[in-house]
Amino acid sequence: MFGSFIKKSRAKSPWIMHFDCGSCNGCDIEVLACLTPLYDVERFGIINVGNPKHADVLLVTGTVNHRNKKVLKNLYDQMPEPKAVIAIGACGNTGGVFREAYNVVGGVDKIIPVDVYVPGCPAKPEAIIDGVVLGLAKFAQKVEEAE
Amino acid sequence: MDILILVIIGLLAGPLLGGLIAGMDRRVTAWFQSRQGPPIMQPFYDVAKLFGKEKMVVNQWQILCAWVYVIAAAISLALFFAQSDLLLIFFVQAVGAVFLVMGAMAAKSPYSQVGAQRELMQILAYEPVLVMVCVGFYMVTGSFSLGAVWQQDMPLLAKMPLLYLALGYALTIKLRKSPFDFSTSHHGHQELVKGVLTEYSGPYLGLIEIAHWYETVLVLGLCALFWHTNVIWMALLLIVTYMLEILVDNTMARMTWRWMLKRVWLVGMGMCVVNLIWLYAR
Repeated sequence: MFGSFIKKSRAKSPWIMHFDCGSCNGCDIEVLACLTPLYDVERFGIINVGNPKHADVLLVTGTVNHRNKKVLKNLYDQMPEPKAVIAIGACGNTGGVFREAYNVVGGVDKIIPVDVYVPGCPAKPEAIIDGVVLGLAKFAQKVEEAE
Repeated sequence: MDILILVIIGLLAGPLLGGLIAGMDRRVTAWFQSRQGPPIMQPFYDVAKLFGKEKMVVNQWQILCAWVYVIAAAISLALFFAQSDLLLIFFVQAVGAVFLVMGAMAAKSPYSQVGAQRELMQILAYEPVLVMVCVGFYMVTGSFSLGAVWQQDMPLLAKMPLLYLALGYALTIKLRKSPFDFSTSHHGHQELVKGVLTEYSGPYLGLIEIAHWYETVLVLGLCALFWHTNVIWMALLLIVTYMLEILVDNTMARMTWRWMLKRVWLVGMGMCVVNLIWLYAR
């Protein structure tokens, strides 16, 4: 009984951590917009935590470059399982317009495994919330497969 | 036998009531900020999820400290329900609070270290107030035992109103609400990431959350004793107190520990001393 309650709770209490991996701030503003009274993601139990050790879902915006790829990997490794990664915006998905730049590695998936890609430049708050919901379904699936 | 039943009620009431209060707190806070807010059951979902997470610790000390914190908090509430000695309850609770700090100190993270230092400052601020309140109970009832309170035929609030106000300071600090939420905040973010809780994660963070519920119920229970004669007035007193806490939390900024020490020691302890002198002279 307790096991099924934990399983149910996972989907109901996703704590997100937001990492700006060198984004223009467009996507970051949209991520933070989700927390405002208009979208109020706390309705779904989503809390924006600043600590990878407390986070369940990692939201990454912006291109990955050679400077911050270590930081991104480090943050990912500090998150306890089960966890999900969501790449947000054109830059996070593929590298966007900066893809060919000499200092850019590319999308987030070059460094860590990504579960959900949220497109847009910038991504809309509705799309980000959708992405988180999809990410939760994915990590519920992952947990079940592991068991 | 009766005491055993009371102890079991205390052990169960802590997490259940504490979680519900935390849920309603978040709901009312959201209402103040014209948001809808999470379901009332949200704190239970959070803790259940934390128990389902991977056990990730910096070192073994954290495990011990998280367990001692929750056990001490549970014992202090169980003693409270068993009508035990106020000083004993107070010391058991203090041991737990200190172990939380020790666990945070065991990790080398600067956030957790600074958070632990600030938590010590907070303990330094509210513990004397709690002792003074215990002394107030002694001066009114003639005993540190909680059972003696029920023999009073007038609400204690009439005899120790200033002590009740001072207890409000301790309650705000214990609930980790603004303006005293600088060691860690019950909201998502603050400048020290999560302060004293930064390095606790997964099931151990869940344990600490439960310990926090126990402590919340304990301090609210102490507040409830101020109107023991009538259940309705007792409930009303608690609701008004808690709503004021939420209002203060939403209208105040986070202050510094120097500001807190000045406020709590000068104003809070001042009120305590005045009240105690009045009780003595009466």
